Amino acid sequence: MQRIGVFVCWCGSNIAGTVDVQAVSEALKNEPGVVLSTNYQYMCSQAGQDMIKAAIAEHKLTGIVICSCSPRMHEATFRKTAAAAGINPYMVEIANIREQCSWVHKEMEIGTEKAIILGKAAIAKVNLNTPLTPGESPVTKRALVIGGGIAGIQTALDIADAGFEVDIVEKKPTIGGKMAQLDKTFPTLDCAACILTPKMVDVGQHEKIRIFSYSEVTALEGFVGNFTATITKKARFVKEDVCTGCGLCTEKCPQKKVPNEFNLGMDNRRAIYIPFAQAVPKVATIDPDHCTMLKTGKCGLCAKVCTAGAIDYTQKDEVIKEKYGAIVVATGYEPISMEKFDEFAYNQSKDVITSLEFERLTNAAGPTAGKLLRPSDGKHPHKIVFVQCVGSRCENCAEKGKEYCSKICCMYTAKHAMLTRDKYPDTEVYVFYIDVRTPGKNFDEFYRRAVEEYGVHYIKGMVGKVTPEGDKLMVQASDLLADKQLHIDADLVVLAAAIEPDKSARPLATMLTASMDTNDFFTEAHPKLRPVESPTAGVYLSGTCQGPKDIPETVSQAGAAAAKVIGLLAKDKLTGNPCVAHSDELMCNGCSSCERVCPYGAITYTDKEFRMPNRTTLIRRVASVNEAVCQGCGACTVACPSGAMDLKGFASEQIIAEVDAVCK
Amino acid sequence: MQKITRETLVAKASALLAEGMVDRVLGWKKGEFAYDVTPNVFADAASLEKDFVYGDFCGANFSKYLIAETRKGEGKILVFLKPCDTYSFNQLLTEHRFDREKVYVVGIPCEGMADIGKIKAEVGEGILEVESDANGFTVKTLYKGDVKLTAEQALGERCLVCKSKKHVAYDELIGEDGVVIDSARFDEVEKLEKMSSDERFAFWQNELSRCIRCNACRDVCPACSCEKCVFNNPKSGVENKAVADSFEEKMFHIIRAFHVAGRCTDCGECSRVCPQDIPLHLLNRKFIKDINSFYGEYQAGETVGSRAPLVNYTTEDIEPSEAVERGNQ
Amino acid sequence: MQVNGFKPKIVAFCCNWCSYAGADLAGNNRLNYPADVKIIRVPCSCRVNPMFVLRAFQRGADGVIICGCHPGDCHYTSGNYYTRRRMSLLFSMLDYLGIERDRTRVEWVSAAEGAKFAATMNDFVEKVTALGENKRLEDLRCKR
Repeated sequence: MQRIGVFVCWCGSNIAGTVDVQAVSEALKNEPGVVLSTNYQYMCSQAGQDMIKAAIAEHKLTGIVICSCSPRMHEATFRKTAAAAGINPYMVEIANIREQCSWVHKEMEIGTEKAIILGKAAIAKVNLNTPLTPGESPVTKRALVIGGGIAGIQTALDIADAGFEVDIVEKKPTIGGKMAQLDKTFPTLDCAACILTPKMVDVGQHEKIRIFSYSEVTALEGFVGNFTATITKKARFVKEDVCTGCGLCTEKCPQKKVPNEFNLGMDNRRAIYIPFAQAVPKVATIDPDHCTMLKTGKCGLCAKVCTAGAIDYTQKDEVIKEKYGAIVVATGYEPISMEKFDEFAYNQSKDVITSLEFERLTNAAGPTAGKLLRPSDGKHPHKIVFVQCVGSRCENCAEKGKEYCSKICCMYTAKHAMLTRDKYPDTEVYVFYIDVRTPGKNFDEFYRRAVEEYGVHYIKGMVGKVTPEGDKLMVQASDLLADKQLHIDADLVVLAAAIEPDKSARPLATMLTASMDTNDFFTEAHPKLRPVESPTAGVYLSGTCQGPKDIPETVSQAGAAAAKVIGLLAKDKLTGNPCVAHSDELMCNGCSSCERVCPYGAITYTDKEFRMPNRTTLIRRVASVNEAVCQGCGACTVACPSGAMDLKGFASEQIIAEVDAVCK
Repeated sequence: MQKITRETLVAKASALLAEGMVDRVLGWKKGEFAYDVTPNVFADAASLEKDFVYGDFCGANFSKYLIAETRKGEGKILVFLKPCDTYSFNQLLTEHRFDREKVYVVGIPCEGMADIGKIKAEVGEGILEVESDANGFTVKTLYKGDVKLTAEQALGERCLVCKSKKHVAYDELIGEDGVVIDSARFDEVEKLEKMSSDERFAFWQNELSRCIRCNACRDVCPACSCEKCVFNNPKSGVENKAVADSFEEKMFHIIRAFHVAGRCTDCGECSRVCPQDIPLHLLNRKFIKDINSFYGEYQAGETVGSRAPLVNYTTEDIEPSEAVERGNQ
Repeated sequence: MQVNGFKPKIVAFCCNWCSYAGADLAGNNRLNYPADVKIIRVPCSCRVNPMFVLRAFQRGADGVIICGCHPGDCHYTSGNYYTRRRMSLLFSMLDYLGIERDRTRVEWVSAAEGAKFAATMNDFVEKVTALGENKRLEDLRCKR
């Protein structure tokens, strides 16, 4: 039996004005378990708290009920008071007789009656309270960043600069991501390589950062502070620590006809290659699908020319297991496939290109060395049509496009148009748009410059059809403002393809129990207040894997994610919320209902041996809750049909006791 | 009348025992009366030969028995499952309630099972034997001689509105597999929905008041397979093993129906075993009908591993206020 | 609220993060609603077991209302979506059993919606008061 002390607060006249506090403390005196019931002017004051502490000692109290303001206000205060006096802080319950009583009911009689009932409910609950202790778990002081684009790079640098070890896992042979493929960046038009590659070098040289390039995370287990990742390093057939990146092999390799993915297939590379000059790590990689030596055992030229002796045709995939305290997902995006957009003739003409292909065409390190030339005949285009929102904001084309706005296309199209007009003033440039969206610092000014200074023809309307005719592309479009049909004989058509999250990240989401939305973007823990955290504790989101965003936004989010990781890794131990779910193994059916509703993946199953009559044993599947991961929502408790799953601090018995008390 | 005979099943079971594929057989054992058939575990061919029966009264759904039986030994147990039983079988597998490897399922066709309650209501007491053929049922009675009944008069309600003749799980099939049927099983629910609130209350008051809390519905239900029922769990706050006040049987039936909602395959065992003839399946079917209408068609047990509607959601789900409106249409 | 001597008993389950805070805000702004409403704090609306709702009716509640964060705003991301499904089915079942549908309600109240909280409670209490005492969920047996 509990020994409960009831303390009714006047809150000056805030409560005492409409609730007869004397009558309340008097009425609660004879409730079950109550050994003391009193009232005081300001319970939260030092004097009030001292009074509670003294009463705990004098009356050997085991439970406390405070009838006062909202628990959202002072629950923490009174829990501390109780702890200071030597009783478990979770033996305190608050009856909210201010916000939910004295302030909303004007008549003393009514307010008093309700305050008594609320007090009785709190007493009924405290009678069933049990001391709770928050669980503690250690923190591995190392972070894993999955994805080596600008998001991953920035996150890793920020975490490493704070003094923690970081591993970056990148599936391509080099870090850099999409940003490495861009030419200039809006709205300042500085070159992407100039601002990105120094950061790549920083990453490569940082003593706290390890790069696992050409690698993927293939398994993950654990929970916040204690993850274990399995990283598979694909065989690149080149010893990473021996290769100097001189590039001689990539010049001598006889296999010259491999489409170069870095230039989106617009030129070729060798079977042994370094993706681009500033790659980090600057190490060659052999493409096993095209290498004659690996396929037929005949050639071996690269090994012959390599003075460092870095080539190893027998290399195997390597599996590494490492422990991490925090994980950052920075898996980025891909432009959607244009295969299904027949109307724009992407499959029919080489001169219909995507914006990313355009970036490569204007990039000094691209296939044309920065000269804007048509892919079909290498001639300079004199009339270019840019089509925006190809597959974005596409409400009725779920089979090929996306409903959402890809956010970056308006700005990069303005950039492309402006750069074209700047380099080639004799080129006519048309941009077709649904809306031009420029909400960013200096963004609208940038777009207006394209229109006003550079004379880009912006036309509100959609392109209906592109038909190749001779060496021209006949563009049929509507000008909605002028209400007329347009026919343009363009030399080049550039499609601003929608972006989508990297599809290959889906298994990762499953491994992390981090949820994805219907578009496969990772879901944040709270759309406004926790935008860089995933619902799974210890897993953070950085960059476009969470939603479309441009470089400045990505970098800020990367920094925010890093700050969260640093905050986590700076702790030696994690203290959990003790009000977590708990499963009674004897009653658990192992049916998985709880597991399915848990938003945090906190529930796992084990085969447990039970003693049965006559010295027999029975092995049964039962649920167990990881207290470090559980956030205490209680969804599982209702999904559980047997009632094996209960929530500490809000147990079924306790809630039912409150229900009974208020219905009396 | 069933298409397969007792002899076929005994032969199959004996053969599987002989070749060591299984070491026990879950089947039906004859009782004192023709209609008094009980589930039984047979360990050898001799006992099968002696006591195994199969006929129009073999309605029991064996899937739930597998939880207890698979815990009793390492060997495989043979179970005969009718199409509707296989849905419960899958649902239990979805919920990891037993080890699939320990069961050998022989799917058997079903032509609908007789309901002794209905037959007694037609012919009264003193039933000696019940025979059936393609034309219907012949009931041999002590007082009235032979009484002819049609299939409609003799078959259980659940069989008259059978939802599927297709087996969704088996290792081996005897006879040909059937198909899913677009049955009229929600007609009764709709009839109730069309009544006024007062009429519905009167209907259920009359029905549920007869409940004696014998727990037969719970004990037979393949979805009610909890290691310990919430009503036996002192920590649940609702523990009660018998009716203490006038509300509790209603609480019991609503909670029971809610707990099996989305998991109930509509096998109809609850109503079959109810000694008070309470149409309990109409509670479960209401949930099934609502689930279909609110969240899209869902048949529990159709596939193993499917996500039950109550452990799932979409962001576009209807609101409870709309649900009450739509649920009543 | 009192009509012909009848004062309803109303149980309001409120989630800690939105609706309970909304109720606190109603108090901060001194927005009146009937004292018949007694709030029980739960971490999330998804903690509310249909058994709690029925228990309240069993013990004499005349109306039960569950308040949670707006869909999409759940502190635990998905809790209120489960609440929505569970209560949709439960309420439809209660209606099917002939229980007056105005005795139960789910309302989404954010921490900023003190006014909505008070208005909701005023409306709910009015509807339940109009229905009178809850008899249907209490006594089935004796009324044959």
